[in-house]
Amino acid sequence: MNSLRIAVIAGGLSLERDVSLRSGTRIAAALESGGHRVSVLDVDQHLVDRLEDMTPDVAYLALHGRMGEDGTVQGLLELIEVPFTGPDARASALAWDKAVAKGVWRRHGIPTPEWISLSSDAIRDLGAARVLPKVVTRMALPLVVKPTQGGASMGVGYVTAADELTDRLIGSFRYHTVALVERFIAGTEIAVSIVDDQPLPPVEIELSQAAGTDGHYDFSARYTPGAITLHAPSRLPASTLQKATEVAMAAYEECGARHVTRADMIIDGAGDPYLLELDTCPGMTETSLLPAAAEAAGLDFAAVCERIVAAALDSASQ
Amino acid sequence: MSSSDPYLSRYADRAKGMTASEIRALFAVASRPEVVSLAGGMPDVDVLDFDEVGRVAADVLAHHGATALQYGGGQGSPELREQLVGVLQAEHVSARADDLVVTTGGQQALDLLARLFIDPGDVVVAEGPSYVGALSAFGQYEPQIVHVEMDADGLQPVALEEVLAAIVAQGRRPKMLYTIPNHQNPAGVSLSPQRRHAILELAERYDLMVIEDNPYGMLDFKHETRASLVSLAPDRVIYVGTLSKIFSPGMRTGFVLAPRSVRDKLVLLKEASDLCQSNVTQAIAEMWLRTQPWPDHVRAFTELYRERCDAMLEEIDTAFPPAATVTAPTGGMFAWVRLPDSVDSGAMLPRAINARVAYVPGRAFYADGGGHHHMRLNFSYADSDRIREGVRRLGKLINDELSLLQAFGR
Repeated sequence: MNSLRIAVIAGGLSLERDVSLRSGTRIAAALESGGHRVSVLDVDQHLVDRLEDMTPDVAYLALHGRMGEDGTVQGLLELIEVPFTGPDARASALAWDKAVAKGVWRRHGIPTPEWISLSSDAIRDLGAARVLPKVVTRMALPLVVKPTQGGASMGVGYVTAADELTDRLIGSFRYHTVALVERFIAGTEIAVSIVDDQPLPPVEIELSQAAGTDGHYDFSARYTPGAITLHAPSRLPASTLQKATEVAMAAYEECGARHVTRADMIIDGAGDPYLLELDTCPGMTETSLLPAAAEAAGLDFAAVCERIVAAALDSASQ
Repeated sequence: MSSSDPYLSRYADRAKGMTASEIRALFAVASRPEVVSLAGGMPDVDVLDFDEVGRVAADVLAHHGATALQYGGGQGSPELREQLVGVLQAEHVSARADDLVVTTGGQQALDLLARLFIDPGDVVVAEGPSYVGALSAFGQYEPQIVHVEMDADGLQPVALEEVLAAIVAQGRRPKMLYTIPNHQNPAGVSLSPQRRHAILELAERYDLMVIEDNPYGMLDFKHETRASLVSLAPDRVIYVGTLSKIFSPGMRTGFVLAPRSVRDKLVLLKEASDLCQSNVTQAIAEMWLRTQPWPDHVRAFTELYRERCDAMLEEIDTAFPPAATVTAPTGGMFAWVRLPDSVDSGAMLPRAINARVAYVPGRAFYADGGGHHHMRLNFSYADSDRIREGVRRLGKLINDELSLLQAFGR
């Protein structure tokens, strides 16, 4: 590829700023090694000015969290006509809210664990705390509680006894005002990354108890090197992985995603996949899943970054 | 298969606890200008005349370049130690230059002392809450840290005696007491004169070594000087000082005043750790102390912090719920807030970051899991208007948290 001016946009004010900076600096180094002229731009009130000064050929979005993955930056870039990597503003906004996205998947027959969403307003202003026992009755334990918006496993809690639900909800509301209460599916966690409309080999996440994790794929497990072992490709049977990949691709298409996206799933004991979420700005840190998937496909980190950039330029030229 | 860390099997056992922390990640946002951070512990070095600092640095390099750019001795430059004797005199501590070891900030002093004295399992007694950096430095050597309660007059001798007696009753020996007697970090309070004697009597009775950490002693809002523990019991107390709060933390200049035998071992440890202190920063610090009216700067730092502390306390009074209480700092850089029982300051931090305000959750200042209902607020760095704005944001946050908890019947 010719030498390009690339703005890697990373940082921002979301709770995932640190992870975003880690992804962004790594992406920038990889693209620089490919001969591109790269600037890392933070997200603040000067972003538009900096982009207009720089006139990049493309912006690589390495943002995570609010204002990065929710379509805000994407909408802005569309307005100032800077091509960028990853799904457009509408697809980003759709995938960003887990409750909204799950509704879309359900409507299109894409398997996802049963859920209900609860807002802190409903608890505070409508007396919804009184009906929490019904949540447990209807959903059946165990449950997972997570903010409907946000990533990096922040605010995620597990409910194995009815009296834990309140604490998990309170914990989730500290990250976002709406919580998703989802049926917990026991099984194997896998991720299917999709780059330029092509699925990469599914990656299986194995937690290492020796690394001090508490048995869940939480923030510490995600970002402590060595806390997890990634099996890429996954050790699950090929037919199971094929099914999971089909689910990931279906969600990718229904959401209108493009360039780069990652589908996080659970495969239950019967080998059935359940889609948990679509991540439209997947992490690109040393411990992230997409780079491991790319490596299994024979693409090193720089090569996968190049391919994502090429996909973005290709969209812009159409 | 890929484990993302090829060194995993090679790390020492002590590295096992070094995991990614969500709280640390959240603080990445706190450094953004949009966030009012009351979390840090930075002095406001704008008090200094940077041109003057520049002239001193230039003078050092122009006239003493050959020594400034060379290695130095493990104990630290004799000329700087002479000037540090003057700093100690301002704290009413008499010392000789030969009694001092220069370190990379007070933090290295704590690390070297911990390396010298702490074996795994040793009992270290500290105020509860205590300085997070000391807990980290000590923690590397795997002691059991036992906290002793404080009140508005600092460490409580009665509580200390109970703790010491309980340790002895278990057949163990409390090895040392770590204390910040003046304008304590994070509690903001100072040990009363009577208690200083009482605590030293207990140290004598229980054969307890005392580490007196005194970074904030000169930042006294009434410009008073309290008798240091080392001046009252020079053979029992090891004193740690620093230029970070009276000149600049960027100089990374701390020092230890210790009995001769300890001093000798500290020099060996210092040499093993980093060979010697930077001669450039030592020379700048020495010339600064020798040629500049540094006590005037200390007074300026103190006046500024007092004004900001007043603004913080005033705003807390109106913005925080009545059930929240705050210590009245005697000086230093920090206020310590007790939140209502139902509020967990650590769990509330993501909500604070989303509301663009930051503080340090109380649990950072306890080695035993305490401090859940406390937060430390810094008043030395942000200006008064920012502090007021930050406190208002915090007040709204705490009230929102309380109303959510109440809706859940908590």
